[in-house]
Amino acid sequence: MLEIRNVGWTLPDGADILKDVSITIGEGKLVVITGPNGGGKTTLAKVVAGLVRPTTGSIWLDGKDITHMDITQRALQGISYGFQQPVRFKGLTVRELMELSAGHDLDMDGLCDLLGKVGLCTLDYIDRDVDGSLSGGEIKRVEIASVLARGTRIMIFDEPEAGIDLWSFNSLVSAFERLKDSHHTMIIISHQQRIIEIADEIIVLADGGIRLSGLREDVLPLLLESEMAGYCPVGKKVIA
Amino acid sequence: MNKITEKLLGIVAGYKGKFDGAFNIREDGGCVARQSTENIQITAHREGKPGLEVHVAPGTRDEKVYIPACVTKGDVDDLTYNDFYIGDGARVTIVAGCGVHTDDAGEARHNGVHRFFIGKGATVTYDEKHVGTGTGQGARRINPVTEAILEEDASLTMDTVQLGGVQSTIRKTEATLAARAKLIIRERLMTDGDETAETDFVVTLNGDDSATHVVSRSVAKGRSRQRFVSRLVGNARCSGHSECDAILADNAVVTAAPQLDAYNEDASLIHEAAIGKIAGEQILKLRTLGLTEEQAVNRIIQGFLK
Repeated sequence: MLEIRNVGWTLPDGADILKDVSITIGEGKLVVITGPNGGGKTTLAKVVAGLVRPTTGSIWLDGKDITHMDITQRALQGISYGFQQPVRFKGLTVRELMELSAGHDLDMDGLCDLLGKVGLCTLDYIDRDVDGSLSGGEIKRVEIASVLARGTRIMIFDEPEAGIDLWSFNSLVSAFERLKDSHHTMIIISHQQRIIEIADEIIVLADGGIRLSGLREDVLPLLLESEMAGYCPVGKKVIA
Repeated sequence: MNKITEKLLGIVAGYKGKFDGAFNIREDGGCVARQSTENIQITAHREGKPGLEVHVAPGTRDEKVYIPACVTKGDVDDLTYNDFYIGDGARVTIVAGCGVHTDDAGEARHNGVHRFFIGKGATVTYDEKHVGTGTGQGARRINPVTEAILEEDASLTMDTVQLGGVQSTIRKTEATLAARAKLIIRERLMTDGDETAETDFVVTLNGDDSATHVVSRSVAKGRSRQRFVSRLVGNARCSGHSECDAILADNAVVTAAPQLDAYNEDASLIHEAAIGKIAGEQILKLRTLGLTEEQAVNRIIQGFLK
């Protein structure tokens, strides 16, 4: 179980990016965090992965406080994070990135399985560098595949739909569903209805705080309603 | 050959007890082994200079020739002139590694002057790996000079690697290209401590549709200094691209000075240069995969210099 307890993060200029956020995510659950741009979603994901150290509050994994752990230690505890803006490398091939992620060599079947989930044709990509020669959509898919390659118990995806075409998106949603079936815990930051629809729980994060959270069947209708209204649901509202 | 030569050959020329093709092994200024083949003749330099002539018969297919040179002790100042005559339509790989070793206070120095005369339609792959080893205080210096003349439709791919242990290197490469000739140069360089490295490329594109691609990737650490100079001269309808990418660490210094000279309105010449430390995001990404910061930095450098 992953617990985010009263987490706050304040910029040096005093701006509060996260304000007293508390979330509990049960084993094997798929939680979608959504909400307006600039609401603190990516910062929250980075706090969990250890890329950002919270100003206040703590992160707990299976009853153990991991707030003091750095990025590497959290990765070794089984937390994976797919960057919203993937990083490019000169001299690192797609195959090498997948093998680094998996922690061992991969044969063609293994590579095909991974890259197929994100809609990339393996032979066209394995020997290409993860550099500026890949398009935005291609590198995003490679980034997602790197998280899938790790296959850890907790996976965080930051707007996985960005730059991905409709056909690849379908296989990506299927990959998330299969991970859910195999009891992986997932946090997905997304604005896509197709992804929100497969969530166990939905959290709406706005202005650094939780505006709305609860089971998908309770929250989704409210989101769709507010979408018609053109604004984000107002006020914190937790649906038990 | 002595044990040090054998070890250096393993590093710079992939030697595992024998070579599969023509070869000449140079040790401390002398020849310790030589073998010609039916298509590749290795002879003494006809102008009486120290060094060799390598004659590759026209139409030779996928053969290899090894001409490594090793300096295994201090107070050796080796100078060699090697000329390569590549027959029309031949396709060969030339491996020309150089290792300098000293366990004493004397300087170990190798200066190699390599000239390539590449015939029409011939294809040459040239691998040049440099390394310095040994615990001696004496400086290890390697100063290679490469000159290449490419006739019509000829192609030269030059891979040059120097990954440490050489106190000072000055590398000069000059090439002239006729119509449709193609030159690719890939340089990989790493310096550390007080090492210095200078690279100077001049490529003259004389023939229509000739093309060159010069890529240098380097890592400068410690207090080392690197200087990269490249000059592409377009005298015809041609394309040229040079690229200098350097990762900087500690107190190292890198200077890049590109020059493009276009003397024909259809010459298309590009230069790109980027110098900077490893992007923090790259380290973060690899750490999210479970690597420590040190492992991440090493992996990034290893890939960059691959």
